[in-house]
Amino acid sequence: MSVDTVKQPNWFSRLAHPGQFLAWSRYLIWPLAIATGLSFAIGLWFAFFNSPEDYQMGDMVRVMYVHVPNAWLSQLVYGVMAVSALGTLVWRHPLADVANKAAAPLGAVFTALALYTGSLWGRPTWGTFWEWDGRMTSTLVLLLIYLGIIALWRAFDDQLKAGRIIAIVTLVGALNIPVIKFSVDWWNTLHQPASVFTKDGPKMPGSILTPLLVMMLAFTLLFALLQVVRMRTEILRRRAETLSRQAALQGVAK
Amino acid sequence: MNQPLPVSEAFHPQLSVSGLTVRRGERLLFADLQFELRPGGVLLLRGPNGVGKSTLLLALAGIVRPDAGTIAGAERTELHLLNYQSGLKGRLTVSENLKFWQAMNGANGLTVAAALDAVGIGGLGVLEAGYLSSGQLRRLALARLLVSARPIWLLDEPSAALDAEGEALLGRLIDAHRGRGGIAVVATHHDLPLTDQAGVETLILGGAA
Amino acid sequence: MSAFRALIGRDLKLAFRAGGEALTLVLFFVMVAVIVPFAIGPDRPQLTRLAPGIVWIAAFLSMLLGLDRLFRNDDEDGSLTLLRHAGLPLEAVVAAKVIAHWLMTALPLLLATPVLALLLSMSWAQWGQTVLALLIGTPALVSFGALGAAVTVGLRRGGLIAPVLILPLSIPIMIFGVGMMDPLAGSGATLFLIALSLVVTAFSPFAAALALRVAGE
Repeated sequence: MSVDTVKQPNWFSRLAHPGQFLAWSRYLIWPLAIATGLSFAIGLWFAFFNSPEDYQMGDMVRVMYVHVPNAWLSQLVYGVMAVSALGTLVWRHPLADVANKAAAPLGAVFTALALYTGSLWGRPTWGTFWEWDGRMTSTLVLLLIYLGIIALWRAFDDQLKAGRIIAIVTLVGALNIPVIKFSVDWWNTLHQPASVFTKDGPKMPGSILTPLLVMMLAFTLLFALLQVVRMRTEILRRRAETLSRQAALQGVAK
Repeated sequence: MNQPLPVSEAFHPQLSVSGLTVRRGERLLFADLQFELRPGGVLLLRGPNGVGKSTLLLALAGIVRPDAGTIAGAERTELHLLNYQSGLKGRLTVSENLKFWQAMNGANGLTVAAALDAVGIGGLGVLEAGYLSSGQLRRLALARLLVSARPIWLLDEPSAALDAEGEALLGRLIDAHRGRGGIAVVATHHDLPLTDQAGVETLILGGAA
Repeated sequence: MSAFRALIGRDLKLAFRAGGEALTLVLFFVMVAVIVPFAIGPDRPQLTRLAPGIVWIAAFLSMLLGLDRLFRNDDEDGSLTLLRHAGLPLEAVVAAKVIAHWLMTALPLLLATPVLALLLSMSWAQWGQTVLALLIGTPALVSFGALGAAVTVGLRRGGLIAPVLILPLSIPIMIFGVGMMDPLAGSGATLFLIALSLVVTAFSPFAAALALRVAGE
């Protein structure tokens, strides 16, 4: 067996070194916060005052401006986690498992919000808060996967080992999510062929599309902001733990 | 008990380690470790608890991944690891346990009966391993090294739970292993009763780090 | 190959000597089916209609219950570390253990299904289809289970977390397994289930072995 793990640092690994990350990400927080606030202000103004009522749903259609961005983020966040899982397993990058750990609860919250707003929206449409609709069901399963990953993060003492093992779970989940989606859709058509949504999504006029896109941008920026803050917190927390362990070990040595 | 072990074909291992660095978490256990073992060589690892003797053995065994450095010559199927976890099942008999490891690791060493005789528990083959004393279990664990001939032995506190006679036995087994050209890396607090002290090197961990 | 067989043989021998764990699992499987009529009423046509789903739920839960033993014992006594130096690659070790686990947990359940068929007033045709679906689907369930057991092997609380991780991932198996018995579904479900089971069974030893390697570090 031959093991050779001496790494040549390149610009990326220098930039993504946890210490470096702490240094430069500090300058990211305020611009991100301001951009998030601005796009929410614009998006909400559009959503409340400058978009038409639906001829069937009336004002309820405005729930869409919160629901669709959350549904989009529920998948985007998993994508971020899958990419960081690759970073953990392939490049063994210390920042990658921090990114995975920081993103998991955010993904769970966005997914839960997507389900919550979806059921608010579903109430007037379906006449019930919950319907075993294909999309809602897949999203629910996605939430369960997020919660499982969070539970796994919390169960490990050794966070470095946890990072690598959870990366495997994350990737298996990423491979499985399309299968779950496909099987749920299949199951759904088997039991209730008529779905509320058409396959290509409803046709949208620009008056609805503009506020929707702005709101999606706003929520994505919010995720980016929270992700950066959570990653910084996690790095600092690990540092504090390392320091206290080192202090304990030095206490033993003396 | 004192009969010589049957001599079979000789080993030609060569274990060389350079620049080996291992961390646990963010704690550096050892850095830039360097040594080389030729056929018949023994390396004793010494040092207080917690300096990484067991971890070094696990790194040589390919279980723990080093943070830097190279380990050459320690093929997965060329080595035996013996540590405090014996890998023995209490519900299997002594010979069933040994037969299993022989099947897993290759039947190119002693027969099961001969190996049990060699470690001095020859009469206990049909007993469930759960009924053995810890010293007898340790002897059974040693017998695992004999049923599959492999050139590199990585031993972590091999004399733990052994009586004086058992320690002498351990010395004889390692001597015989070296006689065929085998290599041993041994983490130990005791001096091993080896007949030939030439070729025995000592690595003290935890001095500088 | 003899090492592969030796590992399966050892696991089976241990299971038999450890006092009929397989029997306990079968007991649990039957009990789940027994409590269902108490929950939904003993109406025979309704039971017949729900029976395949009930059998699948019972099988699902029983398989999850037995998961913890897959790697934990071998991890605790050091066998798992020593098996890393065996003549077999770790992936093959995992595959052998998965086969042994299937023989010890899934096969007894399949043998117990006639009891459930009787209790839930299934027709013979319905029973046959259920057994066929379980025969195709359980290898995938055990394989997902191996992955769950592997990622939680070093955890003291792993026994509860593995099922929580594995359950959502196994939903497609359940969907196609039960779907096989739906008269509207046709042969599509059977083909999907076979494909899924093959892919999962072939893929999971690699993922589980990777997880075990990481856990050993």
